[in-house]
Amino acid sequence: MIGRTSPHRTQERGTQNLMQWVLLAMLPGIALMTVFFGVGVLVNIGLAVTTGWLTELAICKLRKRDAAPVLTDYSGVVACTLLAVSLPPLAPFWIAITGALLTVGLAKQLFGGLGHNPFNPAMVGYAVLLISFPVAMSTTWVDSAQTPSIGQTLAAQFAGVDGYAGATPLDRYKDLADRLTQSEILNDAVFAGQLTGHWTWLALAWLAGGLVMIAKRITYWHAPVGLLLGIALPAGLFGWDSDQFVPLSLHLTAGATVFAAFFIVTDPVSGATSPRGRLAFGLGAGLLTWVIRTYGGYPDAIAFGVLLMNLCAPLLDQYTRPRIYGHDRARRGPVLEKRS
Amino acid sequence: MSTQWRDLAWNGLWNNNPALVQLLGLCPLLAVSGTVINALGLGLATLFVLIGSNVSVSLIRHQVADHLRLPAFVMIIAAFTTCVELLMQAYAYSLYQVLGLFIPLIVTNCAILGRADGFARKNTPWVAAYDGLMMGLGFLVVLVVLGGIREVLGLGTLLDGAHLLFGEQAQGWKIRVLPEAYPGILIAILPPGAFILLGFLIAGKQALDLRQKRAAQQQVIAGAKRVRVTGDIS
Repeated sequence: MIGRTSPHRTQERGTQNLMQWVLLAMLPGIALMTVFFGVGVLVNIGLAVTTGWLTELAICKLRKRDAAPVLTDYSGVVACTLLAVSLPPLAPFWIAITGALLTVGLAKQLFGGLGHNPFNPAMVGYAVLLISFPVAMSTTWVDSAQTPSIGQTLAAQFAGVDGYAGATPLDRYKDLADRLTQSEILNDAVFAGQLTGHWTWLALAWLAGGLVMIAKRITYWHAPVGLLLGIALPAGLFGWDSDQFVPLSLHLTAGATVFAAFFIVTDPVSGATSPRGRLAFGLGAGLLTWVIRTYGGYPDAIAFGVLLMNLCAPLLDQYTRPRIYGHDRARRGPVLEKRS
Repeated sequence: MSTQWRDLAWNGLWNNNPALVQLLGLCPLLAVSGTVINALGLGLATLFVLIGSNVSVSLIRHQVADHLRLPAFVMIIAAFTTCVELLMQAYAYSLYQVLGLFIPLIVTNCAILGRADGFARKNTPWVAAYDGLMMGLGFLVVLVVLGGIREVLGLGTLLDGAHLLFGEQAQGWKIRVLPEAYPGILIAILPPGAFILLGFLIAGKQALDLRQKRAAQQQVIAGAKRVRVTGDIS
């Protein structure tokens, strides 16, 4: 029946195919984002992907490498799309361009290209942008109650015309929780309107894409579950006082939580590789995200949580090695060169 | 003799540069090089301590027992650092306040202890002083270049705050390199930006070295006749 040795794969699945599926799984989320926040989302994606593609071409030329396989494996496109989706929809055009340069150039190609990057490229790009341009990155979100038209979007992105920007629910709640109680906060324009509802729909769209990926065996459930638990546990345990802390429901639906759970922490290159390692990776990233969201100065903290856990990924792999069939238990800790 | 002096200079400034090759003294290098003036201030202070400690260590090199040499060197370096600290408090107090903790931290700069232990205790005072000068200059130049890049990227200016080091007549030295509306890449003046930019500087130096090495190799190959090959040509 099976006429060859392992691995017994029924279909060949290369990087290209995998990355195409990831892009497909992102489509519902991207579509909903465009409906709620305007065409700025698509403009960001276009700018980021084009810049990332050109950067990759330039670096391959510089390194005297064959550019064709690098440019057609879609990994750069996925990284730049992930970055562009995380950006505020009305961000000035140079934000997406700079971000893609950093994502592909600094975080991916400088370390040696696909498979060699210790950090999640999209999150490196996002974190550098957030630290470098805090104003442009935090004041250009959109209130979906008044989605800007195409003309308004382009004016805001390319000519710097301001006036449509709104806050994200997560940011707003944290701001208001300092002085108001929950019932007062919910009367605020951001929460009285449809915005939180729209963010919830968005979270569901990412969830749908993520479930498709898990069903197609493109990624595994460990890291997403870890991240969601990592945020939900502390938010449920310590955040029960909604007058002071952002409530659990908002943690899970607003912001990048679900998107990151299925598309960011599942990065096979920069994350842990063993099953338990992936779970721990997600848990750690979620925990750090909750801590930074609650006590830190930045509105959303997924990027920092993921980057910090990227640093720990090799260690996690050392200590969560799976048991090899036929052996008693897995070896823990670092492998020493000589063992007698 | 003259080739020895030239080698010492070349070593300090390029081949064995404390910041680009030895990667010593990274803590002040990364923390203080936010602007050219801060970098210059710390670079000069380090230069002074380095020359002083090199000369002193060289002078007492026959008197200090081998197993006691490190504590003795550290004491000497600490003494010179205290001198610099007091001098800066007296003559450049505002710069001293900006640099803060990083002036006393010069004591722990491994580049200085490294030169004392690795060079000065085996050489005569004049040679040691010259080595200290060149190593210090190498460190200073990298600090100032890094400070310049970080200041232009982060603030769009050069020589901001020159009066801290050069007194009131330097108030107008500030040069605006990029237009006023430039948003400023904040990460360039934060420590992570310093790491990234230092990485680019090191990469640039190695690329130059490699290019030179290849050019030299090609010259030899072009003229040489192949007689016998035993082993690798590298």
